[in-house]
Amino acid sequence: MPDSPDAASGSRKDAAVRALADVPRTPGSPKPDPILVADHVIRRFGGLTAVDVEHVEVQRGAITALIGPNGAGKTTFFNLLTGFDTPDTGSWLFNGKDIAGVPSYKVARLGMIRTFQLTKALSKMTVLENMRLGATAQKGERLLASMFGFLWGAQEKAITEKADDLLKRFNMHAKRADFAGELSGGQRKLLEMARALMTDPEMVMLDEPMAGVNPALTQSLLEHIKNLREQGMTVLFVEHDMDMVRDISDWVIVMAQGKVIAEGPPDEVMRDEAVIVAYLGGHHDKALTSTGVSFTEEGEDQ
Amino acid sequence: MDWGYILSVMVVSAFGVEAIVFGLAAIGVNMQFGYTGLLNFGQSAFMAVGGYSVAVTVIEFGFNFWVGVILGLVIAALLAVILGIPTLRLRADYLAIVTIAAAEIVRLLVRSVTFKDFFGGSDGKQSFASGFFALSPLASDVSLRIGPVALNNRQIFVLIVGWAIVFLGCLLVWLMVRSPWGRVLKGIREDEDAVRSLGKNVYLYKMQALVIGGMFGAIAGFVYAVGNEAVSPDFFGTDTTFFVYAILILGGAARVFGPVLGTVIFWAIIQGTDVFLRSAIDVGVPVISLMNGTQAAVVRFMLVGLGIMLLMIFRPQGILGDRKELALDAR
Repeated sequence: MPDSPDAASGSRKDAAVRALADVPRTPGSPKPDPILVADHVIRRFGGLTAVDVEHVEVQRGAITALIGPNGAGKTTFFNLLTGFDTPDTGSWLFNGKDIAGVPSYKVARLGMIRTFQLTKALSKMTVLENMRLGATAQKGERLLASMFGFLWGAQEKAITEKADDLLKRFNMHAKRADFAGELSGGQRKLLEMARALMTDPEMVMLDEPMAGVNPALTQSLLEHIKNLREQGMTVLFVEHDMDMVRDISDWVIVMAQGKVIAEGPPDEVMRDEAVIVAYLGGHHDKALTSTGVSFTEEGEDQ
Repeated sequence: MDWGYILSVMVVSAFGVEAIVFGLAAIGVNMQFGYTGLLNFGQSAFMAVGGYSVAVTVIEFGFNFWVGVILGLVIAALLAVILGIPTLRLRADYLAIVTIAAAEIVRLLVRSVTFKDFFGGSDGKQSFASGFFALSPLASDVSLRIGPVALNNRQIFVLIVGWAIVFLGCLLVWLMVRSPWGRVLKGIREDEDAVRSLGKNVYLYKMQALVIGGMFGAIAGFVYAVGNEAVSPDFFGTDTTFFVYAILILGGAARVFGPVLGTVIFWAIIQGTDVFLRSAIDVGVPVISLMNGTQAAVVRFMLVGLGIMLLMIFRPQGILGDRKELALDAR
């Protein structure tokens, strides 16, 4: 992790908000310190243009939410950025490095790690094995070295310690020997997030972290996401739960019909006329605060 | 009925050359299917590559037996790479289709009239294993009797070497799958996108598993060729591949000793039911003696099929598998 967790507790939120204070509230606005810059990203499925993003930037060290109505292309955009899908045109820079066309596993190694809308816990492996799998640059993952335990035993021990620490932070330590398939939906989300952290990412991309999570776990998940920022990571997440977006994001990017239609801090974006029309349609006069407004998008693309 | 005879046939079959051949092939499929989730339905092609490599190198090229062994391993690895390149980026079922077709291509190639001078057509190839038996420390009068079944010194040597290879193979698989490398394979079996998202080159790992499994197939082919001192093309049909899968599932997939246990039980039952039915016919046991010997040979496969069905219903994880692990799929 870039910084120790307690280095600047709480202050990174203010820093992120301050940095974004003067950014124009227009789609594709330039950020003072972008970690991710995407240009002209277009993805068509036959006649349907799923993603058509002219320009978008994501501020380093901030929590950015990507919202939009069903079928807006959020998950497709996620897949494109992380190399899980190939766009028709487009380029994007991560930390100034062009990563368009780079395979997904290399994107992950560069420090941009993602989770999935439908949680991908590896069910027939234990929680601890799931965690260990996340660690990068393992000597024992090379075929020839794998047969000689003394080559990777010490590293394995270090990885296990790190995994145990993370599991404790996520209150999952008691489950370390259980199969991941035995966990509840929310616990799987936690495991997936913890496993992603095993790679020491710079940027974490969360695809609907709250989908299918029971309200009791929601609060703890929220805290974990906030903690990512406090540890110096950048977070970009797709979410439908408006309360959550308002609560934790420093900046919101709104997509509709494949395009970025608005950007801004959460409170301002939610008052934006274009957003209300596109995202909320005719239901904008209804209360947004009813708990767990989450339109699941199962099968949108996977 | 001569139960002693039936029993000794079962024991000899359980530890015979065929048990070794299918056990080794199943160890390879276990690496591919059991641990990595790759559906290689063409294991018989890799076995044919092994068998014909030694036969052709020795007879046609006049090289040493061991040159044939090395060549067989190299060709099997190349075949795996050729099959893997177009299919491993796609869904699992494409590999299954391509490998089953490739296996038939290999079989039809070696039995074709066009290459009869080279591969021996449907007769196959004989007498090429003297380079192997030259290493045997056993005197020519050594023999072993198990009940009425007798084994000569050559057969005993093949069995000793064969089972040594099986256990070395198991040791190798155990060393590999307990490592972080094996962990990546199991991760790929569960969900390859998740593994990819953690920065692992999934394609490379799948290729490695396919090549290793294919090389075990070739080794099985060597043992088959040496044990029979002959190769014949019709052994390498699709039913051989499916026997291998039956053995793996019977013993328990993704268990190091699953293939070994599976092959021992499978061959004991296959040959045991055969001699049982035949001697029952001879003695005139009611109902059974309605069949003749040829029919009995077919009926035993029905019985084995029934047995495997019952196993799948009551113990779907195989003999060594963990039911709890399997139940996780249902969620």
